Amino acid sequence: MDDVAIIGVGRTPFGRFPGQTAIQLGAQAVRAALTDAGLEWKQIQFGFAGSFEVDNPDAVINFLGLTGIPITDVYNGCATAASALTQAANTIRLGEYDLGIAVGMDKHPTGAFASYSEEYGLPAWYGETGLFLTPKFFAMKIQRYMYDHGISPRTLAKVAAKNYRNGSISPLAFRRTPMSEEKILTSRMVNDPLTQYMFCSPDEGAAAVILCRASVAHRYTSKPIYLKASVVRTRKLGAFEVHSPWLPLQRADAPTVFASRAAYEMAGLGPDDVDVAQLQDTDAGAEVIHLAENGLCKDGEQERLYAEGATEIGGSIPVNTDGGLIANGEPIGASGLRQVYELTQQLRGTAGDRQVPGTPRVGYGQLYGAPGTAGVAILST
Amino acid sequence: MAQRVVAEGLFDWPSDEPRLIGSKCQVCDLVAFPAYPNCPNCGSLDVAETRLSTRGTLWTWTRQRFQPKNPPYLGTEAAADFVGYGVGYIELPEARVEARLTGGVDEPLEIGQEMELTVVPFATDADGTEVLTYAFRPVENSAGKN
Ligand SMILES: [Zn+2]
Repeated sequence: MDDVAIIGVGRTPFGRFPGQTAIQLGAQAVRAALTDAGLEWKQIQFGFAGSFEVDNPDAVINFLGLTGIPITDVYNGCATAASALTQAANTIRLGEYDLGIAVGMDKHPTGAFASYSEEYGLPAWYGETGLFLTPKFFAMKIQRYMYDHGISPRTLAKVAAKNYRNGSISPLAFRRTPMSEEKILTSRMVNDPLTQYMFCSPDEGAAAVILCRASVAHRYTSKPIYLKASVVRTRKLGAFEVHSPWLPLQRADAPTVFASRAAYEMAGLGPDDVDVAQLQDTDAGAEVIHLAENGLCKDGEQERLYAEGATEIGGSIPVNTDGGLIANGEPIGASGLRQVYELTQQLRGTAGDRQVPGTPRVGYGQLYGAPGTAGVAILST
Repeated sequence: MAQRVVAEGLFDWPSDEPRLIGSKCQVCDLVAFPAYPNCPNCGSLDVAETRLSTRGTLWTWTRQRFQPKNPPYLGTEAAADFVGYGVGYIELPEARVEARLTGGVDEPLEIGQEMELTVVPFATDADGTEVLTYAFRPVENSAGKN
């Protein structure tokens, strides 16, 4: 199979944009990616478009040009962007086309995501009794993890403080004001042990990534970044997953663990090779857990790693250098492509104030969300 | 006052000693909750109703401190009157079951503490009918047990 190169990335600011539709934001991200790649829209041969709120995100072509290319819309929970990226990469690997785009866009109402449990294959009473809620799952997962592995609330505050700090130097982030650990710890308790400022918020934004067959990448850029792996996995029975009315006594690893292993294998790389990571930080606890689920540390090591600053931009394993979901919010369709955007800037050495020192060679992105779906992408120079 | 259960077949009601109703796979023995029409492990359709134990330990917990959106949540109190509720997974001999926890949001909870099944009203229909669901409560005096 052919290797796949990333030759253009683009994103909008994430936040709140009254008067602009998600599809218009999508077009803005595509244009930014085209400019980055030095391409015109008519050169794009195919696309995958992801969104939670928009039924037909391929309508982005109304603002770009009706060129007749095949575009497939994808929705796959919080791993929507990972799915669009994976499908786009596989289309090139299979030799069907040379050059295509993955684009994601969303525009969410404020507050926690609300829907009906029946739409997730669960009984109606689960929603009616007030159990069909995502934030309380993340709270219960980190509550047990803290008990099992000795993680303190202080470490959760350190995660959030780091991501707000990184957001403050990310021009396109939603939350750009640094916040103290004290303020995070003493803010309103939402779902114990998680406070208001330990959670990300749904918001608005779009991102796009242009991919091509690696063998032709030199035509478009002097510094292609290679997409070494992009995989999606769903939960196995026994995994402690969002929206689980029950769990069997025998626990299984989370879908992230399986996506991660498959991605490392596909890339021919291991956790020690990763120079910079973007992990799903739906909340501060999720970043702590995902650090271990992706093999980037052992369970329980996070307490020391965060105290020592290992996950800071200048640390041994920088995590969420653009502020992650906590600072950017989560427009679901765009979130994973925002990770690829940031990793590409880091590997090109063009991340500005956020640039990881040295010469980062390998970047790692991970998504996780309802109803127990994970996506992992590994990039390298 | 008129009462109804939130869902038939979820737990025994009316009953002096209600138990949660699950399903047991006749092929691989997996116990699932609530009762499934199929086994979520092996996919077999050969499943039989089974009753779960009523006592277990708290495996993890949180508190729901913001009001869930209605619908789907049946609670209709004004936002200012919403007091919140505990949520946890109770480790029973058969499975870990997610449940609302009784008691106020400021009542201390601890992983490992003993819990027992109860049935509680949690919402009221427009016609005044109370809606009942299952919940778990701390076993009194469990601190002195070993
Ligand atoms: Zn079975």
